[in-house]
Amino acid sequence: MARRVPEIPGSSLADIAFMLLIFFLVTTTMDVDSGLERRLPPMPPEDQQDDDTPPIKERNVFVVLVNAKNQLLVEGEISRIEDLREKAKEFMDNPYNEEHLPEKELKNVDFFGEVEVTKGVISLRNDVGTQYGTYIAVQNELVGAINDLREELSKRKFGKSYESLDREQQGAIRDIYPSKISEAEPKKVGGN
Amino acid sequence: MSKFRKNDSKELPPISTASLPDIVFMLLFFFMVSTTMREVTLMVKVTVPEATELSKLEKKSLVSYIYVGTPHTQYQRVFGSEPRIQLNDQFAKVEDIQDYITSEREARDEAEVPFMITSLKVDEYTKMGIVTDIKQELRKASALHINYSSRKRAD
Repeated sequence: MARRVPEIPGSSLADIAFMLLIFFLVTTTMDVDSGLERRLPPMPPEDQQDDDTPPIKERNVFVVLVNAKNQLLVEGEISRIEDLREKAKEFMDNPYNEEHLPEKELKNVDFFGEVEVTKGVISLRNDVGTQYGTYIAVQNELVGAINDLREELSKRKFGKSYESLDREQQGAIRDIYPSKISEAEPKKVGGN
Repeated sequence: MSKFRKNDSKELPPISTASLPDIVFMLLFFFMVSTTMREVTLMVKVTVPEATELSKLEKKSLVSYIYVGTPHTQYQRVFGSEPRIQLNDQFAKVEDIQDYITSEREARDEAEVPFMITSLKVDEYTKMGIVTDIKQELRKASALHINYSSRKRAD
């Protein structure tokens, strides 16, 4: 007859599990990575000569310049980051079809029919010495302006938040308020 | 006195701890599943800027990271105190980014490559010069989908 093996005590199981638990508690990082999502323009082909696309009219461009001292020049005026969002919204929306704000063209969009879509483009140029934090703050306001406009339109048209719309509806709204933020090609300028 | 005696005689049975391991295991599994291990040791100091219009990085496996910031004190003797780029576990030069993107692409499934995102974790006090250089390199490598990592601003 085989010798009876004594039963393995299970009371230390809890201790072992606790040890593992504490290890994972300590090493875990719950934070979801988030950030400003952007798309870079593709590199122009190297053999490209001076392209013959017509130049964009001045009234259709919203120029934002940031210098090395983190100061803002918006459409030729010194401005603060706090005011940038309102200005960008006014520019992209142009509710009263003013002369100095961008032109609009009629476009056929699903759900909306014929609507006027702005031809405006936001142009952002920064200095080599600009602080990254300021640059992100400016980008954030510009993205925020477009997001605000989309949200307002979505509330007006569908009575829902832009986030909760389905893909086609979001696409239609994106057609009306496209995210046209262009960053100037970095130029090597003399001096420092 | 008699009061206490009385209680003693009617002692409650001890609470069974037999289910304790099960509870602990449940917690353990929760943390094991939800945890994401940090893959690289940061050698640069990165405090990402604040923003409000954030979007989440959904699929961790499709994200490649580029860190930019001033090196930590123990590396400053060798690498100086100017902002540097860190790829994987080492300091890198701007020219290395294209190779890095290529190697990141090779590590992924071919079908997943178009959905890859490059997350730029850049310290808020870095100058734009280095960031612009990185963006140019990313354009050359046609890794166009980027994400400027930032914190949620508390209003």
